[in-house]
Amino acid sequence: MQLILRQGRVVDPSRKFDQVADVGIDEGRIAEIAPRIPGKGRREIDARNLAVLPGFLDMHVHLREPGREDAETIATGTAAAARGGFTAVACMPNTQPVNDSGAVTSFILQRAREVSKIAVYPIGAITRGSRGETLAEIGEMARAGIVALSDDGHPVSDGQVMRRALEYSRLFNLPVIDHCEDLALAAGGVMHEGYWSTMLGLRGINPAAEEVQVARDAILARQTGARVHIAHLSTRKALETVVRAKAEGVTNLTCEVTPHHLLLTDERVASYDTNAKMNPPLRGRDDVDALVEGISSGAVDVIATDHAPHTIGDKMLEFDRAPFGIVGLETAVSLVCDRFVRPGVIGLGRLAELFALNPARILNLEKGTLAPGAWADITVLDLERQVEVRAADFASRGRNTPFEGWTLRGGPAMTVVRGKVVWSV
Amino acid sequence: MASLSQKDLLSIEQLSVDDIRLVLDTAEALKEISSRAVKKVPALRGKTVINLFFEPSTRTRSSFELAEKRLSADILNFSASASSVTKGETLLDTARNLEAMSPDIIVIRHSSAGAPHLLGRECRSSVVNAGDGMHEHPTQALLDALTVRSLKGRLEGLKIAIIGDISHSRVARSDTLLFHKMGAEVWVCGPPTLVPADFHLLGARVTSLMEEAIEGADVVMMLRLQNERQKEAFIPSAREYFTLYGLSRERMRGARKNAIVMHPGPMNRGVEIESEVADADYSVILDQVANGVATRMAVLYLLSGKSGLKPARKPR
Repeated sequence: MQLILRQGRVVDPSRKFDQVADVGIDEGRIAEIAPRIPGKGRREIDARNLAVLPGFLDMHVHLREPGREDAETIATGTAAAARGGFTAVACMPNTQPVNDSGAVTSFILQRAREVSKIAVYPIGAITRGSRGETLAEIGEMARAGIVALSDDGHPVSDGQVMRRALEYSRLFNLPVIDHCEDLALAAGGVMHEGYWSTMLGLRGINPAAEEVQVARDAILARQTGARVHIAHLSTRKALETVVRAKAEGVTNLTCEVTPHHLLLTDERVASYDTNAKMNPPLRGRDDVDALVEGISSGAVDVIATDHAPHTIGDKMLEFDRAPFGIVGLETAVSLVCDRFVRPGVIGLGRLAELFALNPARILNLEKGTLAPGAWADITVLDLERQVEVRAADFASRGRNTPFEGWTLRGGPAMTVVRGKVVWSV
Repeated sequence: MASLSQKDLLSIEQLSVDDIRLVLDTAEALKEISSRAVKKVPALRGKTVINLFFEPSTRTRSSFELAEKRLSADILNFSASASSVTKGETLLDTARNLEAMSPDIIVIRHSSAGAPHLLGRECRSSVVNAGDGMHEHPTQALLDALTVRSLKGRLEGLKIAIIGDISHSRVARSDTLLFHKMGAEVWVCGPPTLVPADFHLLGARVTSLMEEAIEGADVVMMLRLQNERQKEAFIPSAREYFTLYGLSRERMRGARKNAIVMHPGPMNRGVEIESEVADADYSVILDQVANGVATRMAVLYLLSGKSGLKPARKPR
């Protein structure tokens, strides 16, 4: 056998499996999982006291290439992902040019084959140039290899365009990932509207800007039957809308939350630190509590980072002039382990659903499982490992993290893609 | 020498009650200089003050400049429109360049909330916020407090009504925080579209009825209404605004007998304030201007010993 991971705690929610076992890998695929695999592998890894989970997939990242290679490249972004415990990423189309054509999709996949050790799945634009007006050539992109559609960063404001996009997406069974924001209600705001925006004199973003758009999408999802995935959901009311729709049978509606919306509130903006500026903005305590409940109850399907690297020159501006977004690939897993897994808010099975199984299912990928025969994409965790967040050590070009200096317990120990160890501590 | 508890004056929020008293007492003592034949003292001789104005301002800027001159500081005026700066140098680079000239105090006015904080973090010199976006205008609140205290003898227990566009006003924020800290009863009043939902958490009672705000008030402070608020659908028209929130002689009758009227300027006669009220003897708008110079002298004087202290955070 090519590789054997010995005696780790193997957790695979796709098969309701959770026990200490050996994982044997051959020809890049899971060959066998058994309490003890006899014989010796060409490479053996002692996984005692480690957790062995299906490979994590971050379905919401910005790799910035083509166009803003000064902020991030496919090479640096995927290296950051591997270092963060991810075996795959899905990258948003807001590059320059926008990924709204088969040619750009092919370029991204070609670059990924050349420079990436992990899997890269491009997401295509819903509309041409992500301008929200006319449909992009979705069929062309589908043929080139996109796994989803999104105008992330630019909401599809026109309800009719969204309806058409959803209807059309069914032709290719592609999920549509929506950045929900009513731009008129958001009114050029730069942070969550509430006490802190009032105190700081910063233009607030009314939470209704997100909530009305989520409600619209839930209604259109029901009507069209298309698969709709709500990106970076951030308020209690928005989550309630998703939960209600699901309960009424709209199972084609899913949602994700980010680690920063699970951990930080709008109070973090108080020093005007632009690393606390993202869209949707950091919300109030009640919203954060609702999202945390959501990851443990199952209301939330996915944790994704919305990894958004920016150069220091672009980001270190006056608060209202700085761009939205923070990096997340190299902090997400440790943050979630430290704050939610170790204290018992969620178990390892749920963690694997949020980071591996559910994103793979939403993107129609035969991933997120350790079933024999599946590609051996594996995330190994060490829940005892001490992690200090230091942006200077990031593999990403982005340094824009609000978690600088945080000391965390637990995190990725090894990232395995198709049976190859692509990163380890 | 007495001094403030911080290196910078960024906001009223971070000032203690003692700090505020110290500024007001110092300003009171410095007032007299402006009535001398030779209006100059050597308190800041040899100190360099940079006036960094990214937003047009006549009133605040002249007031600071006069205060600096009366204290014998060396002055450098630097004005730039924020938009041209965006195209070229970032504020961070501007700050580092200025810092290299070793000023003692930087006075900054900027359209972005928090810009003075950025400067304060990066610079060893003391930074004075002369108005940042919709955030704060601390020297305005201090001069307002000085004006009220000189005329009323106290701040505690007074009813202060602040009326107008609360949402977009840095003066409303600073005044509310200051008067509330000093024990006054602060009321803010404006149409619901122009008062943030959480404003009561800053220490104010909130009403949209002007009569309720003015009832028994010792101080009525009017705020300027910007023309563009109509286009942004905050109010239907300036005319309707005046009927609901304009300060007329009739409305003033609801206030306490010796009530005073204030306005941070510039005024829109006929929009938020009737001309007769603006010019009445209970209007102390020009006292505010005179007190502005003394207040800024006090702030500069109290901060002048502070530069050279380490910034709160190390420059990156």
